[in-house]
Amino acid sequence: MATSVLEHSAVHHAEAKSGLWSWITTVDHKRIGILYGASAFLFFLLGGIEAFVIRLQLMTADNTLVSPEFYNQLFTMHGTTMIFLGVMPLSAMFFNYFIPLQIGARDVVFPRLNAFSYWVFLLGGLFINAGFFFNAWPNAGWFGYANLTSAQYSPGLNTDFWVIGLQILGIASIAAAVNFFVTIINMRAPGMTLLRMPMFVWMSFITQILLLLAFPVITVALVFLMMDRHFGTHFFIPAGGGDPILWQHLFWIFGHPEVYILILPAFGIVSEILPVFSRKPLFGYTAMVFSGVFIAFLGFGVWSHHMFATGMGPFADAFFSLSTMLIAVPTGVKIFNWIGTIWGGSLQFKTPMYFALGFIAMFIIGGLSGVMHSSPPADLQQTDTYFVVAHFHYVLFGGSIFALTGGAYYWLPKMTGRMLNETAGKIHFWLMLIGFNLTFAPMHILGLNGMPRRVYTYPAGLGFEFWNGLETVGAAIIVVSQLVFIVNLIVSLRRPRNAPADPWHGATLEWSIPSPPQEFNFPEVPEVKSSIPLWDLRRELGSLPEPQRVSGAGIHLPNPSYYPLVAAIGVFVTLGGILFAQPHFPWYVITLTGVAVLFYGVYRWAFEPAG
Amino acid sequence: MSDAAAHAMHPPTSTGLDNRKVAIWAFIGSECLFFASLISTYLVYKGKSLVGPLPHEASQCMLHGQMQRCEGVFEVPLVTAGTAVLLFSSFFVVLALYGAQKGNRKMLLGWLSATVACGLFFVGMQVYEFTHFYHKGMGYGTNLFSSTFFTLTGFHGSHVTLGVIWLSTILFLAARGKLPPEKALNLELAALYWHFVDVVWIVIFPVVYLMR
Repeated sequence: MATSVLEHSAVHHAEAKSGLWSWITTVDHKRIGILYGASAFLFFLLGGIEAFVIRLQLMTADNTLVSPEFYNQLFTMHGTTMIFLGVMPLSAMFFNYFIPLQIGARDVVFPRLNAFSYWVFLLGGLFINAGFFFNAWPNAGWFGYANLTSAQYSPGLNTDFWVIGLQILGIASIAAAVNFFVTIINMRAPGMTLLRMPMFVWMSFITQILLLLAFPVITVALVFLMMDRHFGTHFFIPAGGGDPILWQHLFWIFGHPEVYILILPAFGIVSEILPVFSRKPLFGYTAMVFSGVFIAFLGFGVWSHHMFATGMGPFADAFFSLSTMLIAVPTGVKIFNWIGTIWGGSLQFKTPMYFALGFIAMFIIGGLSGVMHSSPPADLQQTDTYFVVAHFHYVLFGGSIFALTGGAYYWLPKMTGRMLNETAGKIHFWLMLIGFNLTFAPMHILGLNGMPRRVYTYPAGLGFEFWNGLETVGAAIIVVSQLVFIVNLIVSLRRPRNAPADPWHGATLEWSIPSPPQEFNFPEVPEVKSSIPLWDLRRELGSLPEPQRVSGAGIHLPNPSYYPLVAAIGVFVTLGGILFAQPHFPWYVITLTGVAVLFYGVYRWAFEPAG
Repeated sequence: MSDAAAHAMHPPTSTGLDNRKVAIWAFIGSECLFFASLISTYLVYKGKSLVGPLPHEASQCMLHGQMQRCEGVFEVPLVTAGTAVLLFSSFFVVLALYGAQKGNRKMLLGWLSATVACGLFFVGMQVYEFTHFYHKGMGYGTNLFSSTFFTLTGFHGSHVTLGVIWLSTILFLAARGKLPPEKALNLELAALYWHFVDVVWIVIFPVVYLMR
């Protein structure tokens, strides 16, 4: 009898661990990390296709591949997708998978809230993109400047998909930020003081604080815009006394910290890769921590450098110009510390290292053009030209995407248990580096020669043809580089597991457990005496034995739950209902249904045993 | 013994602070920026309305299809009463929490009921006020004052409503004996949120109703 019960529960256990339902109900941070990664990578490819169509349109003068209207949708969705559905959730993949592993925890602090964040993110991303099927992809720019977004100038549902979708995504971001904030504060392994945390955890921690403080501001701006479009207010409509510039202030008070939300996780990843492949501890650990904190702090005091062209007057211009230049100081500290880390190191030229080094070089170029924008007279010349496009692609693509790709090569063996092919990885790197520079370096020249952004074509004879043609060739090379990565990934996933626990001789706790980790991560909670616990152990023991998979019986894990998904659907329906807010249409029935579903999900969630 | 049991239920945290408490504080920090944005917008648009009605002073309003003179809309005595009730509710929830921690069921149920009643009074006051304004010709989109006012105080009111629902849920559980002293934290979390919503009102009340 007892045996049959045991067998039965074992079968049940096995069933619960695979199949669609197990993914829908999962609360395991590793699985949620994989869900974030897979979804974000698909969105990233979509954003890349949008970019490539933009490049095809601009390949020749007076091209008519796409209509001006569709071009507007393309560049709006390219920006929105890459920022909110690409880089942010790709970072979230690493937050999910590696924050608990790096701090020696069994999961995040609120596993079900984590699942909720993911589902809200996914539904929000799908919602924004759903406009495509109604010929209503958002088309007013990712920055949504008022009063172009007003009902008068943007009739149709395009901007509604955008304004509601971003609110849904904001809820996901804030829920996730609360979760990781508490996880890092409270779930660290014994001995891991704040100044012993891996640099990726530190930069992620700062990112969560930025998310918590920046997202409420854009939520308010989006609410105002939604009210203007549907409920008769005039927050940003001059005819009713409203001021479109208020949108720009609210948007950039969010938007500039958002820039650091996109880059600080990348800083963290690179700060993990460089020491491991230089066989030296991170140079200037404490300076790295505090420069990150300082960047985040200053990040809230520079927003108006996006608005020099609005004519704010000499005092505001001077203040925001100086505060912007000041950010170059802690950023420079970081760059010198990265160089100090590899200086004199025993460099291992593996693919992650290639991407980390590429990151430093590209990010410096983007950082320097950023300092150029901080001068208002120079900025007035550059505003709305391709020079700005060049700048932010050097920091977001040359910065964030290079670092995230390096992070993928570094950490995917831990996540999948399979090594990626090194040769293919290096081909990926060189193609991406060459394609990236061919695409974006000429934009500096085009911008200084006066080619405006966000315009669907340009006339022949202005000297723009050659550089634009070259950029499109570069973009094609980037596409090929991504295909190399996809093939590399698929081939590695089809092979049996071959990754050891610690393929790179890493310094941090995630390398002390098998690849991929078991559901409970650590059979016993590790103890930490420095910021490089595995190197301490390696020095002590000479070499590290390969950790064995253990049964994990008796280790207490949270129960799976589908209520986070129910609550997420509630959020989705609540806000989605506002899309139908027309006079004489009972849209509030949809919204109130959503509220009811949300309350049902939250109450069942609150009262189900967490396990 | 009960300490050991509690210890087994909650693994020790790095800081010794309860996880859910840190989470609520993080959320409150985030909410500060939410209300700061709403209050800033109210102030930026103060005095910028193109038509009436206005908070304090008389102005020209569109009413029944024609422009006419209308008085300031605010009824400060009523809102002062609502403010006082809301502030007292913060005091009451502290007493309820004390009761919960000490296992004093009578205190817990009594003061928690009083807290919920105060919250309901405040929400009722706001519903009355909004309806009253509407009948005075102040719709949501009438002017910048009405839009910023309704958005700011409306979001605050919805926070109060959520707090009432949260506290009522706990009251319901407590009445069924499901809030023993070792679970008093469940009430403390709701109380922290409740205090925050009160503190926001302490800013809104002078800035919106008293400042001219």
